[in-house]
Amino acid sequence: MAAEHREGREVSTEMQLESMYQEIILDHYRHPHHKGLREPFASQVHHVNPTCGDEVTMRVDLKGDVISDISYESQGCSISQASASVMADLLIGKSVEQAREVQETFLRLMQSKLDGPEFAEEHEEVLEDAVAFAGVAKYPGRVKCALLSWMAWKDATAQALDDTESGVKA
Amino acid sequence: MVVNSQFLDTDAIRKDFPILQRTVHGDKPLVYLDNAATSQSPQQVIDSIVEYYSLHNANVHRGIHVLAEEATALYEGARDKVAAFINAGAREEVVFTKNSSEALNLVANVLGWAEAPYGIRPGDEIVISEMEHHSNIVPWQLTAERIGAKLRWFGITDEGRLDLSNVNELINERTKVVSLVHVSNILGTVNPVETIVKRAHEVGALVVLDASQSAPHLPLDVQALGADFVAFTGHKMLGPTGVGVLWGRRDLLEELPPFLGGGEMIQTVTMEKSTYAGLPHKYEAGTPPISEVIALGTAVDYLNGIGMDKVAAHEHAITEYALGRLQDVEGLRIIGPATNEDRGAAISFVLGDIHPHDVGQVLDEHGIAVRVGHHCARPVCVRFGIPATTRASFYLYSTPAEVDALIVGLDQVKRFFGV
Ligand SMILES: Cc1ncc(COP(=O)(O)O)c(C=O)c1O
Repeated sequence: MAAEHREGREVSTEMQLESMYQEIILDHYRHPHHKGLREPFASQVHHVNPTCGDEVTMRVDLKGDVISDISYESQGCSISQASASVMADLLIGKSVEQAREVQETFLRLMQSKLDGPEFAEEHEEVLEDAVAFAGVAKYPGRVKCALLSWMAWKDATAQALDDTESGVKA
Repeated sequence: MVVNSQFLDTDAIRKDFPILQRTVHGDKPLVYLDNAATSQSPQQVIDSIVEYYSLHNANVHRGIHVLAEEATALYEGARDKVAAFINAGAREEVVFTKNSSEALNLVANVLGWAEAPYGIRPGDEIVISEMEHHSNIVPWQLTAERIGAKLRWFGITDEGRLDLSNVNELINERTKVVSLVHVSNILGTVNPVETIVKRAHEVGALVVLDASQSAPHLPLDVQALGADFVAFTGHKMLGPTGVGVLWGRRDLLEELPPFLGGGEMIQTVTMEKSTYAGLPHKYEAGTPPISEVIALGTAVDYLNGIGMDKVAAHEHAITEYALGRLQDVEGLRIIGPATNEDRGAAISFVLGDIHPHDVGQVLDEHGIAVRVGHHCARPVCVRFGIPATTRASFYLYSTPAEVDALIVGLDQVKRFFGV
């Protein structure tokens, strides 16, 4: 698509954009994974990004200390949609501890400003497909979009663990 | 090139605005279409701030030295300019605030605190509309909650106009105040102030007008409008941030209690009790934004130099052109009036399924500045069942070529996202 138009002055603009809108992001945006709320679930949260109106309802299910399912319903821009999809792919099946490491590393990636690409390369093993978001880090206006579902997941998981500990849900 | 006799000489005007000469993202000329969020300032306005701090800086109303007198004269001179600009009956009716939001909060608070007959009491009704900026929703919610008054609102028609079908039921004997946006910042709608004022005054309700998007763009005559309070903000009318205006009818401002307490707003202070200064100082506690007020006066001079009727005609012509071109973009849906009658120069739209955030990002990469989101008017987005819009908004320096750039940009957006 965009590659066909790499000529003249267009080159720099399209390349700039592609540094943020990696093909992986656009694919997940067009065909999101794990979208649509599923049962069973241990907890559900609703998060919004008040500056742009992006919203996500996130469900997490646990089996022991393994994230057995993540499902969500959401509306928002390509970055926030793709981020939810990539995250669900990555975290389902991981232990809570492993998943937290991924989440924390992703958060650091989003805080890395212009160093996104180097940071992503260094932590590729942990981040896997989420390295595609490295280019987003230099757009402060979009970092919140990328983080929305990750923050919702963190919150939902904390609630699920609390409930398990207090014995509300077995 | 589009020729329309209504257009201003934008080549000449743009030379006054240094920011319009700059490029972004390397070599792209800036196409600034975010004027409803904030406008740019001409060199004259910028110079007046520099000149104030270089030559006249002092606190106002507080000294007998030369600088204090000069600063006071400049500050009060700006009040005269603003009063004339909106055809206020008296200069004392012009109160400087921080912005529109503070002006609206002022009114919502003092009406909450006031004695009869103006004070809002439990069970009284406050009427706003679904197309208000959050700055004209939240202050009234706060007052209504505190007092136990009822907040009600006008709906919006599918066309993006105020739904007047139930005006006589909505504004009734229990209504204490009607607070309405003059020109919507998200839909572009110009509301029928006359109809609302007539009905509100019939039942003894006060009318507050949020003129944030009208004062900068069309001739505003507060006496002819007939409202009781009018609020607007300096940074949307070529002025700096940090200064807004509340115009209020003198008899009301005299009667109502003060808003903020402090220096300047008092007559005498004892440890037990104070008496308050006369208008307008009663509502200007503390050191005001002096350089900002003076620069706002310069912005008013600049607008007068062009002529507000000519500014309005120019924007009307640009909006006409933009509406036509946007409607030719496949998959684009305008949110708000699609025709140019009773319409301001802000146009919101959605482009297929592409999220406005993504639209704005690609446009920005091409040097085109628009606003995306809910524009501090979230209930409008909810009303139209959309998460957000992209908004292009014009001003006296906007050109048809910038509209053309936007159209090209939108094609690039569609191409980028593969639609
Ligand atoms: C219609 C309307 N009302 C109120 C405001 C608030 O203005 P300010 O942020 O300067 O207080 C704005 C602008 O943001 C506006 O467009």
